[in-house]
Amino acid sequence: VEWTNAIIQGVLLGGLYALFATGLSIMFGVMRVVNLAHGDLAVVASFLALAMVSGTGLPLWFVVCVTAPLFAVIGYLTQRVLLQRSLRAGPMSTLVVTFGLSIIIQNVLLEKYSADTRTLDGGDFATGSFTIGDIAIPYLSLTTFLLAVVVIVAIQLFLSRTGLGRMLRASSDDQDTATLVGGDSRHIYGIATAIAFGTVALAGIMMAMRSSFDPSTGPSRLLFAFEAVVIGGLGSLWGTLLGGMVLGLTQSIGAQIDPALTILGGHLVFLAVLAFRPQGLLPGRTA
Amino acid sequence: MNSLASITDAVSSRAAAAVSVERSSRSARIGSGALGLVVVVLAVLPFVVFSSITDSLVNLFILIALASMWNLLAGFAGLVSVGQQAYFGLGAYSVLVFAEQGVQAYLAIPLAALTAAIFAIPTSWLAFRLRGDYFAIGTWVIAEVYRLVTTRIDSLGGASGKSLTTLSGIDPVFRGALTYWVALAVALATVLVCYLLLRSRLGLSLMAVRDEETAANAVGINVPRAKRYVYLISAAGCGAAGGVLLVASLSVNPDAVYSVQWSAYMIFIVVIGGIGYIEGPLLGAVIFFALQQALSDYGSYYLIILGILGIAVAVWLPSGLWGLIADRTRITLFPIGYHLNRPETAPSNGDGEHRG
Repeated sequence: VEWTNAIIQGVLLGGLYALFATGLSIMFGVMRVVNLAHGDLAVVASFLALAMVSGTGLPLWFVVCVTAPLFAVIGYLTQRVLLQRSLRAGPMSTLVVTFGLSIIIQNVLLEKYSADTRTLDGGDFATGSFTIGDIAIPYLSLTTFLLAVVVIVAIQLFLSRTGLGRMLRASSDDQDTATLVGGDSRHIYGIATAIAFGTVALAGIMMAMRSSFDPSTGPSRLLFAFEAVVIGGLGSLWGTLLGGMVLGLTQSIGAQIDPALTILGGHLVFLAVLAFRPQGLLPGRTA
Repeated sequence: MNSLASITDAVSSRAAAAVSVERSSRSARIGSGALGLVVVVLAVLPFVVFSSITDSLVNLFILIALASMWNLLAGFAGLVSVGQQAYFGLGAYSVLVFAEQGVQAYLAIPLAALTAAIFAIPTSWLAFRLRGDYFAIGTWVIAEVYRLVTTRIDSLGGASGKSLTTLSGIDPVFRGALTYWVALAVALATVLVCYLLLRSRLGLSLMAVRDEETAANAVGINVPRAKRYVYLISAAGCGAAGGVLLVASLSVNPDAVYSVQWSAYMIFIVVIGGIGYIEGPLLGAVIFFALQQALSDYGSYYLIILGILGIAVAVWLPSGLWGLIADRTRITLFPIGYHLNRPETAPSNGDGEHRG
């Protein structure tokens, strides 16, 4: 039962990682940019949600509905104002810019909120669970997993059914040709970044209810997202979901063997995939 | 006849004198002289100033060594790593282990460099499967694995780290001065290695690879091998810097020494100073150090300023501050290219007359 439990918890945890990694996957797929501030953005969302819940007493669902669109707008602006300029200056430049953002975010949060660890109180929803047989399934984990699936399905539908989505895929395949046939790459990149920021805000709030966070939590989370993307296969959102689940499973099973193995286990699976199947488990072309 | 001979004479001697190829220029010779003077002043500093100054300069030397190695890696081999802290930490722990085995701690620093290079060989097999930005985060994950494995080794002090006790017999003032000289030597050595390496055949291939990898491959340069050499050298340099950190602080903690913060320092120092110039990391390290000292009373604000400065330079001034200086003044302290000199006395329209 312990093992079945570890496996189910691991798969559900994988949903959270997939939700979190989706943005990284999209930004790389469309712009070939690895956003090194990705983890820190999730932490910003956590702090923002915490401030709104404890400051104004607004219900959590409302906070989610405000934060995610707000982040999407910030994402669009960040791309247009900052990332677009760095894209022109070369690939090295985007890396430095996103790493710079990461350092700035961490230290601004540190100055504003101190290094204390915090959690977002999600009430009964965050702590409650229902049981199937002997297995307890937390509402929060299941909701997060379903949210991840819904988000990925929605993004896939957007990519395959709408004109803008098709343009996004075209840019991802061949940016020059997409521009030739009338795609405004700046706007398309802005949309991709908006999706990335919106999903990372969702993931950040979900993470805040699940585990504690502080201003320096971002980088280690970035590594989880990156590992989910690479394990799943570059450029495939379903691959990212699978990668997230593999990572979640590994960590959950690793923790079952020895709590100290949780994170190391995930890293080692990532390195093994790198060594033996560098294209990932489900390499794809869409987004 | 007489006049014809003199014309032939003049033409051949003019042809010989028309162009001369040399590495160094006058500004480079003046610059090198000034640099030499700075080194001499730095070397005698422990006799002149209080140890608080030399102690903080040790940090500057560590930063110079790290940044020079990162510049070599990213600026010349195109390998943008965010995981060099793996070798920095490894170097610190190597000195600790060698010292516990009875090696004099200062003499263990070259061994630490060697250890780091040896560990870099299998690491490169894995890391070199990734390209571009994915290489960056992949090396970071590998550095995390180094950290997590270190915390699980009890004889190294586990997660809480360990102290270096073998230097406690030395008089603190003398030990401080010795550490200072060793740190200075490591910093100078890393800069010198970059300089000599880039003047060598390997350096020429590297710059060809950096500028156009496919073409470099086509003219017969073994691109992966050239990159691997640089990766190993860079690991060795970072290992030596880690060794210096240990003898300076006398204790090591895995979370601190394997922190990605070191990569942040390396990257922003090099980008702000000027990537792809040997002078860049020196200038960047001095700027970073000055910023850190000036804002030391204001918590982590210097890191916020560093981040903003780094972003601004990356977007608007991709060749960094030294790039700006070199463009405006043509100063080079470390001539690694070649210059074509034309004598200014040669008349510009002389050749046409004789040919007719």
